[in-house]
Amino acid sequence: MTITEIGASRLRKEDQRLITGRTRYTDNMVLPGMLHIALVRSPFAHARITAINVDEAKRAPGVIMVLTGKDVADEQGGIPSAWPVTPDQKAPPYLPIAVEHVAYAGEIVACVIGRTAAAARDALELIDVDYDDLPPVLDLEEAMTDTVLSHPDLGTNLSATWIFDSAAAGTGTDVAQALASSEVVIERTYYQQRLIPAFMEPRSTVVDPTGEQLTMWSATQVPHILKLMISLALSIPESKVRVVAPDVGGGFGGKLAVTAEEFITLLAARRTGKPCKYTETRTESLMGAHHGRAQVQRIRLSATKEGIVTGLDVNLLADMGAYLGVITSGIPILGAFMYNGIYKFPAYRFECNNLFTNKAPTGAYRGAGRPEATFAIERAMDDLAAELDMDPVELRRKNWIKHEEFPFTTVAGLEYDSGNYEAATDKALKEFGYDELRAEQKLRRQSGDRVQLGIGVSTYTEMCGLAPSRVLGSLDYAAGGWEHAQVRVLPTGAIEVVTGISPHGQGHETSFSQIVADRLGVPFDNVEVLHGDTQVAQRGLDTYGSRSLVVGGMAVVAAADKVIEKAKTVAAHLLEASRDDIEFTAGAFGVKGTDQSMTLGEIAFAVFSAHNMPDGFEPSLDSDATFDPVNFNFPHGTHLCAMEVDTETGAVTLRKYVCVDDIGNVINPLLVDGQIHGGLVQGISQALFEEAVYDESGTLVTGSFVDYLVPSAADLPMFTTDRTVTPALTNTLGVKGVGEAGTIASTPAIVNGVLDAVRHLGVDDILMPCTPSRVWNALRDAAQGGGRHRSPDPSSTKPDLDPAGGN
Amino acid sequence: MIPVAFDYSAPTTLDEALTLLADAGEDGKILAGGQSLIPVLKLRLAAPHAVIDLGRIDALRGIREDGDHVVIGAMTQHHDVATHPLVAEHANLIARATQTVADPQIRHRGTFGGALVHADPAGDLPAAALAMDAVFHIVGPGGERTVAAADFFVDLFTTAVGDNEILTEVRMPKKTAWVSDYQKFTRVAQQWSIVGVAATLRIENGRIAEARIALTNMGSVPIRVQAVEQALIGCAIEEDAIARATASVADGTNPPSDLNGDPDYRRHLATVLTRRAVLNAA
Ligand SMILES: Cc1cc2nc3c(=O)[nH]c(=O)nc-3n(C[C@H](O)[C@H](O)[C@H](O)COP(=O)(O)OP(=O)(O)OC[C@H]3O[C@@H](n4cnc5c(N)ncnc54)[C@H](O)[C@@H]3O)c2cc1C
Repeated sequence: MTITEIGASRLRKEDQRLITGRTRYTDNMVLPGMLHIALVRSPFAHARITAINVDEAKRAPGVIMVLTGKDVADEQGGIPSAWPVTPDQKAPPYLPIAVEHVAYAGEIVACVIGRTAAAARDALELIDVDYDDLPPVLDLEEAMTDTVLSHPDLGTNLSATWIFDSAAAGTGTDVAQALASSEVVIERTYYQQRLIPAFMEPRSTVVDPTGEQLTMWSATQVPHILKLMISLALSIPESKVRVVAPDVGGGFGGKLAVTAEEFITLLAARRTGKPCKYTETRTESLMGAHHGRAQVQRIRLSATKEGIVTGLDVNLLADMGAYLGVITSGIPILGAFMYNGIYKFPAYRFECNNLFTNKAPTGAYRGAGRPEATFAIERAMDDLAAELDMDPVELRRKNWIKHEEFPFTTVAGLEYDSGNYEAATDKALKEFGYDELRAEQKLRRQSGDRVQLGIGVSTYTEMCGLAPSRVLGSLDYAAGGWEHAQVRVLPTGAIEVVTGISPHGQGHETSFSQIVADRLGVPFDNVEVLHGDTQVAQRGLDTYGSRSLVVGGMAVVAAADKVIEKAKTVAAHLLEASRDDIEFTAGAFGVKGTDQSMTLGEIAFAVFSAHNMPDGFEPSLDSDATFDPVNFNFPHGTHLCAMEVDTETGAVTLRKYVCVDDIGNVINPLLVDGQIHGGLVQGISQALFEEAVYDESGTLVTGSFVDYLVPSAADLPMFTTDRTVTPALTNTLGVKGVGEAGTIASTPAIVNGVLDAVRHLGVDDILMPCTPSRVWNALRDAAQGGGRHRSPDPSSTKPDLDPAGGN
Repeated sequence: MIPVAFDYSAPTTLDEALTLLADAGEDGKILAGGQSLIPVLKLRLAAPHAVIDLGRIDALRGIREDGDHVVIGAMTQHHDVATHPLVAEHANLIARATQTVADPQIRHRGTFGGALVHADPAGDLPAAALAMDAVFHIVGPGGERTVAAADFFVDLFTTAVGDNEILTEVRMPKKTAWVSDYQKFTRVAQQWSIVGVAATLRIENGRIAEARIALTNMGSVPIRVQAVEQALIGCAIEEDAIARATASVADGTNPPSDLNGDPDYRRHLATVLTRRAVLNAA
């Protein structure tokens, strides 16, 4: 087989329609007689609802119906949690429409269904809700003490405590002993601020109740999970629900959810018997869609004086927000296996306390648990290097798994199949000009330059390709991690690939077409990739966790291979040859040693007419395959950045960024670069720009993009992205995930770089995002106090918010 | 986001606009580029019954000279202000400040007059207009009146323009051969000023002969700092001297506190940025 497509930098088939917006985004849908939904949301973080008066709203022009939680109490079910991380996990009921109690600002308390979106919106103002204020729980450390409860009926803020201990698991030794007997112990508390996924297309849902099978279109990453959850939570037979994720404009984990809004739209459609649409406003999106990160990480890392790491103890407080969404509780635990990073050390313990607060629920956000873990270990490695006065790259070199040591079973119990940290690092150092920049840094320090230079290092790995089903089972997740594909050969020889993954901007229609075009030897343009509609792609587990290519792509390969096997049988029959003599190359089935052959298209038509088939042959080439990975795969890489800090204003500038990632074999280099670039920006943005901030009463202050800062191209330099190729051994394509790598690696690189610029001025830590004012305050504290600026307390740096300020 | 329903009209003359505005009473609102008003309406922070669009009144748009003044029509788009040769020659501070406003799309829609009447304390043009000794021409039911920049900005989002009045144009004495700089401090490229400093100077024989300094977002209205302007006179273009002359620029100011910084930080920034603005201009 001649390979022409795999490795080609094809532009995405999807670009034209996704970028112009002239496509099937959910909000573009208009159905005959469609009604519109607007939602009343609680302005209070924590309150009891004492009365709701909807009389006036019901009488308003254009209003069809108003629903409160009481009205739908018997039929609204609840948003399910699919991940009981411990057998005794506690969780309050998560009702689509609150009935008596609201637990975060933005929680839905009533729904208006109008003839037009404007009529529904106007009527919101006519609804009167009486609340009795309750004290909100907003701080994780405070939540842990249970002095104030986010859900009084639950009796505690603690949802679950989940522990991994290498001594107990038999993957290593006892961490307490390691810490007690080591020469150096680094003890730090890092704060992962709350982030908002900030996808470009707001969430939107349309439900058409017509017919036996109701149809939901939704801007979701997970149509298959959504269908199952709707069926289970609302007791609708699964066969009576069809879910479609049409074109979806970004997700980043933020649409890996089963939402109250989806349930409400369905209830509204059922009640009115008409198609209903709900599309959130940007304000609702920022306050009501799930957030990410939000952890306090207490880290103890022990080592010898020579810098050999001996143990790591991690203690987390993880903010669930007010409720558990489908996988909220599992997010911090996905990080549990990654705190050891690329390093070998004997002892590890991880403890996570999942806590409820009166803030928006959290959930998956690009990287989900793994960026937090990588941040902690990569920050701690830099802090250790500083403590030992050692070059941070050298310290890493002393501790990482050497390439000849693969496969390597880590202290967290994962088996890393392949990798070459030396190669990626050496390449990155060279392209970055590490030695030259260190020399410049020295000069700037000596001359007391106003602008100091820092070099940030991050050598990461991550586990990709969620997930081997048996591993998910061992973590008490309700579902598996396989993926399904079908390859259909149409009579003309055109190919339809049906996949159970659900792309939302990644470009899988392009990359999967490339794979199939090569595999079956057909032109790229003759391959169509179908997805996201449970009537078309009946089986699937959707897109998240860098799984689409490494799990879904492998299912596609397996299905294509089955097509080839079937076609061989037909070819042998029609060419009157032995099946063993049929050879398949470049789209044609030939008889060994002859010039006789048939193309796949010819065979397809013969199968379609079925006039002359081998005995017992089912006349179809179409094939299904389900792939369940045996292991994760482990991309890795070395990211280096040069940060300039203006010591006078605290302004931080990213001057240069070089990354060398190893994601194994590459299907489409252009798509890979796109994923890396976008990933980098999201990770850099956590380090420098983004933070969801609540005030003391639990109101989201960053409720618009004026205050929730996302960067644009103008804020970033050109990135140098390069690769080394160490194929994954756990799939035959040799590929690894790439969707989250940039985000996971870049956050610690940036913060390490900022600190490297100012550490000699007495600053050891700065909270994320490293805003100019935080950097300036840290420098001022260090200069004034004479001591070191070590552990900033996030609550003390909360600004005194002036209600008259802002724009 | 859907605003409360309103009546929309797009008159072609100023008189017509004034009549419509008067008829609307307190419920009328002028629409210029809509870059600030439309978000306000969509967030339902305001709900006027009548929106009167000035976009079709050609007389309100354009840039011209009038003797020793440059005149900018209220409806002139930021992009035109930022790139016009007359502005570059006689009011280059205005050009520099305008270039920092938002992004190209918004600069092609938002207007000079709209930004000034909106009077956002974090907006960039009020301080620049103040430093330029601008004079505002306002028409209303009672005819035309003029207001000096010092009296124009009354409070947060409040100017001397009354409910039934329209800003028609802004006149600025030419500052030909003056040099200028606008230092805008932000965290991302497209952001409102955390602090901004407008500086324009006349330099004679290597020394500052005249100076105008005004601050953005250091209070509810832009602040002109005459003490520093005085201190700069006679100053050589040399960092230490300028640092000394500008050191007190934030004294007595009461800037806002928000996610971008507290008052202390803003006062510090104003001091650093003033020094940088003067040095950059010179
Ligand atoms: C995303 C974004 C970023 C921005 N960033 C910046 C920035 O960095 N710096 C900055 O300075 N500005 C910024 N702006 C604001 C921009 O400059 C606006 O254009 C300006 O504030 C308002 O001008 P406008 O013509 O759009 O006025 P409109 O929004 O139409 O009107 C604003 C107000 O002024 C009144 N008004 C307008 N014209 C007149 C008139 N002739 N007479 C009487 N009343 C009038 C209106 O009734 C309304 O109350 C930004 C805007 C956006 C949307």
